[in-house]
Amino acid sequence: MKKTVFFGAVTVAGLAAGLASAATLDDVKARGTLNCGVTTGLAGFAAPNAEGVWEGFDVDLCRAVAAAVLGDPMAVNFVPTTGQTRFTALASGEIDMLSRVTTWTYSRDTDLSFEFAGVNYYDGQGFMVPRALGVSSAKELDGATVCIQTGTTTELNLADFFRNNNISYEPVPVETNAEGQQQYLAGACDVYTTDASGLAATRGTFENPADHVVLPEIISKEPLGPVVRHGDNEWGDIVRWTLNALVAAEELGVTSENVAELAAAPTDNPEINRLLGTESELGAMMGLDADWAVRAISAAGNYGEMFETNIGESTPIGLARGLNAQWTEGGLQYSPPFR
Amino acid sequence: MTSLTDPHKPAFRLSQLIYDTRYRSMTIQVVAMILLLTAFGWLINNTVENLGALGKDFDFSFLGSRAGYDINQMLIEYDNSMTHGRAALVGILNTLLVAFLGCITATIIGVFVGVLRLSKNWIVSRLMAVYVEGFRNVPLLLWIILIYAVMSESMPRPNDFRGEDPSASMILGDSVAITNRGIYIPRIGFSNSLSGNEAVAPIEGATPLATGAIDWILVFGALALSVIAVRYVRKKATITQEATGVRPTTWYWQIAILVIPVLIVSLFLGLTFSSPYLKGFNFTEGTHLRNSLIALWIALSLYTGAFIAEIVRSGILSVSKGQSEAAFALGLRPSWTMNLVILPQALRVIIPPLISQFLNLTKNSSLAIAVGYMDVRATLGGITINQTGRELEGMLLLGLFYLALSLLISSLMNVYNNSKKLKER
Ligand SMILES: N[C@@H](CCC(=O)N[C@@H](CS)C(=O)NCC(=O)O)C(=O)O
Repeated sequence: MKKTVFFGAVTVAGLAAGLASAATLDDVKARGTLNCGVTTGLAGFAAPNAEGVWEGFDVDLCRAVAAAVLGDPMAVNFVPTTGQTRFTALASGEIDMLSRVTTWTYSRDTDLSFEFAGVNYYDGQGFMVPRALGVSSAKELDGATVCIQTGTTTELNLADFFRNNNISYEPVPVETNAEGQQQYLAGACDVYTTDASGLAATRGTFENPADHVVLPEIISKEPLGPVVRHGDNEWGDIVRWTLNALVAAEELGVTSENVAELAAAPTDNPEINRLLGTESELGAMMGLDADWAVRAISAAGNYGEMFETNIGESTPIGLARGLNAQWTEGGLQYSPPFR
Repeated sequence: MTSLTDPHKPAFRLSQLIYDTRYRSMTIQVVAMILLLTAFGWLINNTVENLGALGKDFDFSFLGSRAGYDINQMLIEYDNSMTHGRAALVGILNTLLVAFLGCITATIIGVFVGVLRLSKNWIVSRLMAVYVEGFRNVPLLLWIILIYAVMSESMPRPNDFRGEDPSASMILGDSVAITNRGIYIPRIGFSNSLSGNEAVAPIEGATPLATGAIDWILVFGALALSVIAVRYVRKKATITQEATGVRPTTWYWQIAILVIPVLIVSLFLGLTFSSPYLKGFNFTEGTHLRNSLIALWIALSLYTGAFIAEIVRSGILSVSKGQSEAAFALGLRPSWTMNLVILPQALRVIIPPLISQFLNLTKNSSLAIAVGYMDVRATLGGITINQTGRELEGMLLLGLFYLALSLLISSLMNVYNNSKKLKER
């Protein structure tokens, strides 16, 4: 008798624990805020501004999801994560989604049991060196001291690159981008390597960006995107289609400025109508209301607007659209149809 | 007669389980046991359920798969095509290295400061008090980061050693370079190495310490034999002293016995010192003591040293004053009084808390995370967990490692303690 009660209690406890992690959407709604994992600070992608409000390309994606789900782009609790802590934070349920320059790889998708909800930035790994060193190619880096962030794809690519080229290096492992930047500027390492976008963002904050060069070699593919836990498909759909809505909005010419006007009454373009919920109830299929995409787009603009305000050519980071242009412009950003 | 009949045996009532002292402790134990088992069962079940919900299993085979990452400080051969298990071993050795170095220097610092704090010289004892209070009362992490920052921000870069009129230069006859990437010291090599040529031309990237293991064993073996021989000489001197009352002078013998065999072995193995020199981006050839190792080592030593100093001081103060007065009355010199009377008694008080300081130091070495020292927390408990997603397995192994290491250290120290403690006959 004692035994059955014991196991009964244990099973109930276990079930409760198991169920709690399944329906992220309900959890987020009940909580009223979205827990979004971001970097510990990478200008343009995710960093708190002078008022302590988080800003950036990755941050705006969190805001769009919060706007779609909760109706309030500010209802986000940002959780800074390092390369090493981000996956544990996501797997344990501490965060509902991870929007932290995270590369979509096979093992992260399968073995680590995550789900990548798309790609918000197509990137590749590069190297930055002080101009004074006179290095013009990564192949000349034999014997150099290289700062790398641990727990990233960066350190694996780096090992492969030096191995393939039969040259040696001395790794200096760092925990965060800020630490890497400090070590690099102090000259404790000759080279800083990470995603090319991260290099541009880091260099953009230097006093004299022109004193540093990003070498021409891009040694890997780094498709960066938002991540959710594997197994909660409804929540995965919401994050995936919020990103798609932002990309589609740019393609269809829906911006943060005209979205309210376009959503007021059905337009001539049925796809815009479906996206903005003025025709047929796409939102309900994901458990949201009809206006979800309107709110997501109003939060920080469409994909193109988010890009330009945070990391585009008019910012100190100055990234060109390149691979991240719309497919109609020769880039890779391509949203599946809303229908 | 009736009074002799068996006393009536009272029926057992349930309330006795609580009110009857004969049963109460049993009841409490059973209840506690059930609660404990339930808690454990819940923990295990919760883990299994949640792993299931995440679609993960419990599996240690990741230790055998390719690691794919590089480690800067290696005491054994390692490259990124070796396994996660090997990477964990490299990390373990790095942890052991810094813990070993730290324990030795912390003890030396602690004993010196502890004795000096009792000095009659006001300035000396005040200075030592400032050191002890300063280090005991500021978190270790801050000291580690501070030393690391000072090293990497204010030391010259390797590039500064270059050119016609360099702004920095090597010290000690161009054999040691202090840079913002660490300190490069001459490397000891063996040109007639018994383990092949490796010791002269180390494998690319490997720390030279990794090579020439057989040679080092020989050198240290010779040293150990010499130490035994020296003890024998001392014992003989004592016997002579007891027989004749005069202690023969043997110090030159002792030094000769210590030095000559090691020298012969070293010469036979072709001992060479190779000084570091600038090549490309960095210094090469010498032994590279990285900033991370130095910062961690110094901070751990100074921090733990402050605690050990207090332990030593209290140990010395615990020996009653009558002991030293008696020793002086017998005409013993102050240094003899310290060595022959005070310290042997103080040690009994000092050793047990010293053990826990050694354990603290070893476990504190995992603060290596702050400066990127590649200890076992950084390899097995950091990168490996992150790349394979095996948090639970990795953390369990890590916990087991620290547990085993702590138990080992305390049992070794207990052996030493038993040899020193008061013998009751
Ligand atoms: N994309 C890579 C690396 C991403 C990464 O960690 N980038 C760094 C350097 S740009 C970063 O964002 N750091 C921000 C932080 O320190 O929190 C990955 O997913 O493993």
